[in-house]
Amino acid sequence: MKSVRALIIDDSSVMRKIVERALRQAGVELSELREASNGAEALAWLGQSGVDLILCDINMPVMDGLEFVKRLKDVDNAKGVPVVMITTEGSESHVVQALSMGAKGYIRKPFTPDQVKEHVLPLLQG
Amino acid sequence: MTRVPAIVPAVCDQETLHILLDVASKEVFRMMVGCELQAAAEAHCKGAEFTAMVGLAGELCGVLSVRCSQSSASQVAALMLDLAPETAAEHAWDALGELANMIAGNFKNKLNGASDRCMLSIPTVITGADYTFHSLAVANTVTLWFVFQSMPLSITLEVQVDSPSTSFANLNSF
Repeated sequence: MKSVRALIIDDSSVMRKIVERALRQAGVELSELREASNGAEALAWLGQSGVDLILCDINMPVMDGLEFVKRLKDVDNAKGVPVVMITTEGSESHVVQALSMGAKGYIRKPFTPDQVKEHVLPLLQG
Repeated sequence: MTRVPAIVPAVCDQETLHILLDVASKEVFRMMVGCELQAAAEAHCKGAEFTAMVGLAGELCGVLSVRCSQSSASQVAALMLDLAPETAAEHAWDALGELANMIAGNFKNKLNGASDRCMLSIPTVITGADYTFHSLAVANTVTLWFVFQSMPLSITLEVQVDSPSTSFANLNSF
């Protein structure tokens, strides 16, 4: 597997670090790791540079994860980039909404590194 | 995630809330902190300086709070981030807030249908022990007392569950 440029979006820095660790434990080699604390910050970053993988929370201040995924379609640097939601919002309606907006995976917190591996690796392999 | 037989009460009573909160809390600690919570006596939790709160709004309405000492909160951060406790103190409030968020989410996801009709707030963390808070939505209060790494920790759910359209008669198998 090639090394990956990942963007982790979560308003908790602790959770961003946990997600990063889970990615590494899953065997994902990170060539570059970017962090954003909300959707707006992430969109600003993506306006300037590209990534290969995005992991995104839903409940965040300023711009939540669902709005971020919705607006991602208009960002050239993000075309075709898989987005996996990692969130405590585990309701079916949130899952359906996120997937219909273009997210490729959905992981409920609390999660194990194995769950991250299960959802993320297939997206990176093809 | 732990699977135990489903509970199907006529209404979401105090005992059911207690069981669901207990299971939800222990799962979060097991999966995200990497340790088991042990039940403790109420008196052990007096004077805790850190409180993380998450609001629940919608048909399930109230507040979930996690309360512990600064030392416990630092220990939570240390275990979550795999850091030495002395270097984890700066992450204590964030770690405790996320923990409260995950417990609230895990709890509501165990109530069949509640997840779609209930939103969580972003966590708030209070430091300082000399205060009392009151939720205007409270009908039921459930408090669990634990020992975490030999230190006290309490988890309280103050919730209104008896709105006309919310019986939560079919609880998810958890």
